[in-house]
Amino acid sequence: MGLGSFAKSEGGRAATLLAPPFLYALALLALPILAVVLFSFWTQDFMTIDTRFTLANYREFFDKPIYGVLLGRSLMVSGIVTLVTVLLAYPVAYFLSFHVPSHRKSLWLFLITIPFWTSYLIRVFLWKVILGYNGVINSGLIGAGIIDEPLSFILYNINAVIITLAHAFAPFAILPIFVALEKIDRSLIEASRDLGETRLTTFFRVTLPLSMPGLVAAVLIVFIPTIGDYVTPELMGGAGGKLIANMIQTQFLQLNNAPMGAAIAMVAMVCVTAIALVFVALNRRWLRGRG
Amino acid sequence: MRGAPLRVYAILYLLFLYAPIALLPLFAFNDATIIAFPLSGFTTHWFTDLVANAALRQAVGNSLFIAAMTAIFATLLGLCAARAGAMARFPGKGGIIGFVMLPLVLPEIIVAVSLLIVLRQVLGLNLNNWTVISAHVLICTPFSIAILNGAFQNLDPSIEEAAMDLGESRFSAFRLVTLPLVMPGIISSMLIAFTISLDEFIIAFFLTGANPTMPVYIWGLLRFPAQLPVVMALGTILVALSVTLLIIAELFRRRGLARAGIKDTGGFL
Repeated sequence: MGLGSFAKSEGGRAATLLAPPFLYALALLALPILAVVLFSFWTQDFMTIDTRFTLANYREFFDKPIYGVLLGRSLMVSGIVTLVTVLLAYPVAYFLSFHVPSHRKSLWLFLITIPFWTSYLIRVFLWKVILGYNGVINSGLIGAGIIDEPLSFILYNINAVIITLAHAFAPFAILPIFVALEKIDRSLIEASRDLGETRLTTFFRVTLPLSMPGLVAAVLIVFIPTIGDYVTPELMGGAGGKLIANMIQTQFLQLNNAPMGAAIAMVAMVCVTAIALVFVALNRRWLRGRG
Repeated sequence: MRGAPLRVYAILYLLFLYAPIALLPLFAFNDATIIAFPLSGFTTHWFTDLVANAALRQAVGNSLFIAAMTAIFATLLGLCAARAGAMARFPGKGGIIGFVMLPLVLPEIIVAVSLLIVLRQVLGLNLNNWTVISAHVLICTPFSIAILNGAFQNLDPSIEEAAMDLGESRFSAFRLVTLPLVMPGIISSMLIAFTISLDEFIIAFFLTGANPTMPVYIWGLLRFPAQLPVVMALGTILVALSVTLLIIAELFRRRGLARAGIKDTGGFL
């Protein structure tokens, strides 16, 4: 089959159609990321870029403790946010899939996704209003006579960052788990009950393992993007709650040191990707061990 | 009833999701500069301040232009990918589609810094609305593909074949038969891309030029306590606008499913 006949075949026409989005992503995603990799091995002195290959940026990253602290804190925050979000979301997804009548499901999903589509900046800021010194929680608790002094541990620290991020990423966790639960053949659950398993053991031995792909997707779709968020730590984190994304942003926009920013971004990306891959591999092994 | 505790939990969870947004109108109509309880009185002057603010009007104008362009281009690219996705396989097809969908799981700051490096340092371009548009098209295309995939995969290919057998060319068969059938998906995809672009801050902050987009302008306002009630008023309008757009998008999506003759199983995504 020659090239001409391939172009006329259905597969060939599909390839032609796929070319524009592919070339767009190649030009605006793959090549720019390649540029980040290159820049991370260069240095910048004020406005001039020195294109000699050097590991200086990476050396600085590992020599100065601040970068390691920020990266470690970022990974910890993302990890806790992922855990909290997924644990809180699973029962909701389970309820949607198993207890809501099918004609009501899309209404529930719609209600869950709406807050996600409203201005992110303003949502973050509103958490400040809720958690602040004169905020909803403090004035409510004081008004109810439960506390005398406003609580200070809920704003301008890591806790505030975690609460806000867990709220922002909630729908991301619910949707993939819901899709995985919907795909489970209900007769498998009936069979398990018929064979003498209780409702609880059926959940742990049938439903949970079968919903694992959704759970894994939820973990990845929450964990990876939270690393790149600098809005929430900037507004909610105070002095001790800054994360690695704030440092990347500072290097690029305030210190005008693109190569150093590129190196930090590379290290963060490599860490996130490595953790994601290990997580997926462990999960696969766990599922196979059971099978 | 079985599942009653789960229902209570799900409703509490919804309350948690809506708690921050519920506060918006309270403070938008509250007659005090400080955003805190107790509330003082009813006023609409934050809304009149909002309309009088020329810089904000310009930022909103920029954002609307960027969002409209993003909606058009992301949907065109999504249309290509979704149509190809519904057609025959060819070597590497799955990988290519996966690559195009990648921005969905990439941290936004990575997209932002990589484009900033290429546009500013490599190409030496000035940042303007089009630099923001180019990035927004990149991150919105996966959403468009996800929505349009639904529209195309429910389509019976024999309808288009029948049109071609009856003498239409391939293009006119697509235009006259397939396009009307997937039109609800196209409108839904444009509305979603529009909404994402209108609200996007992380990338826009890096790539915006001399004229900021609306979220970038809001970010600036958040530093000035006196301006906060105006932000609340703006937020109220934005929430009302996004909810309206989303309801329209959802209605079109459902109409599309009904047109294709299948049962509704879920929301966007």
